[in-house]
Amino acid sequence: MYNFDVERPSTIADAVKALGREEAQPMSGGQTLIPTLKARLAAPSVLVSLGGIDEMKGVCLDDAGRLCIGGATTHATVAAEAAAHYPALASLAARIGDPAVRNRGTIGGSLANNDPSACYPAGALGSGATIVTNTREIAADDYFQGMFDTALEEGEIVTEVKFPIPTAAHYEKILQPASRFPLVAAFVARTADGVRVAITGASNNGVFRWSEAEAALGANFAADALAGMSLDDTDMISDLHGTGAYRAHLCAVMTKRAVAAIA
Amino acid sequence: MTQVKMTVNGKTASGEVEGRTLLAQFLRDDQGLTGTHVGCDTSQCGACVVHVNGKAVKSCTMLAIEADGAEVATIEGQANADGSLNVIQQAFQDHHGLQCGFCTPGMVMSAAALLKENPKPTESEVRHYLDGNICRCTGYHNIVKAIMAASGQDVSAIAAE
Ligand code: FES
Ligand code: FES
Repeated sequence: MYNFDVERPSTIADAVKALGREEAQPMSGGQTLIPTLKARLAAPSVLVSLGGIDEMKGVCLDDAGRLCIGGATTHATVAAEAAAHYPALASLAARIGDPAVRNRGTIGGSLANNDPSACYPAGALGSGATIVTNTREIAADDYFQGMFDTALEEGEIVTEVKFPIPTAAHYEKILQPASRFPLVAAFVARTADGVRVAITGASNNGVFRWSEAEAALGANFAADALAGMSLDDTDMISDLHGTGAYRAHLCAVMTKRAVAAIA
Repeated sequence: MTQVKMTVNGKTASGEVEGRTLLAQFLRDDQGLTGTHVGCDTSQCGACVVHVNGKAVKSCTMLAIEADGAEVATIEGQANADGSLNVIQQAFQDHHGLQCGFCTPGMVMSAAALLKENPKPTESEVRHYLDGNICRCTGYHNIVKAIMAASGQDVSAIAAE
């Protein structure tokens, strides 16, 4: 890894200021970024560590009953502290990577990176969460813009994520055991406004909502409602772990299993 | 270069590091604590697991600067005060939980973190907790057995002999 300066701000304001430096890059838990730096796929001259910002940590409920999670909150903390309020989300967090990775990796880092196979993008999009940054609030539907691409501007950081709590939800994933990322996973949420289905690990464009399945489940919330339904595999990720056709198939299987777990 | 200072196994450890210096490098190269192993350097194997402020982390995937001011525990600090092996280490010896020993420091540190969170884990909880610790020798059965034994549970019914 090439060398860089490290800044460790303790407030959001100082972090934003540090990110104004030439070729600065924010780092949250570093569980993806450090391997990326080692591979020399990124070479910032300043790394701004967000791990020391207490105002970006913690889990609580707001007045509207939404679960609010600070951007620098680790997966382990979400797994423990969200369990009583939003078990499906806590369970998603509890199954990311492995225990040591969960003690460092954060929700904000995961959402800012938007890896096409990451878990949190599915949780946020499937829940219809709001991504809060140092400058604005962005609806999950507008936030995810393709593989490793988000609505975040240069120097903008995810400070908090607000999750409306659905009536019921479930996250079903099939693990790619070497990377411990999902091969494909589905987050299904039943809300007062209808059903949301978010799929990760499948599309070349990153996380997406499967609207056809949402409509079918809205009319009849049962795994059978998806019988015969399939996704087009032309734009699916195809690699040594699975072909696009296999991933398209898994999308339906994961969604049905998630529905069956709720229904 | 930046000056860092942390507590490692109860003693103050300080040194000069670059921004890119990993915690594993600081411990091994700067402090001479080579019990923390680097097997993969890519967050996969868990040989480098240490505790930072009581939490298990992969020291190959954390910058030394980020541990500035922290309490760090490594395998070198695990033995009892009189130098004898602690319960987990002794259980690894008693139940043949190691062969070449390369993964062992990370296994012991992960086991210690698990037993602190969950003093009487089930066999399946132990196996899940070791998701990020890879052993090329033992086939895991005896490691799981050792950790179960260290938690004070009867291991006579666990598959491996
Ligand atoms: S050396 Fe850190 S996980 Fe393998
Ligand atoms: S004992 Fe050799 S790698 Fe585990």
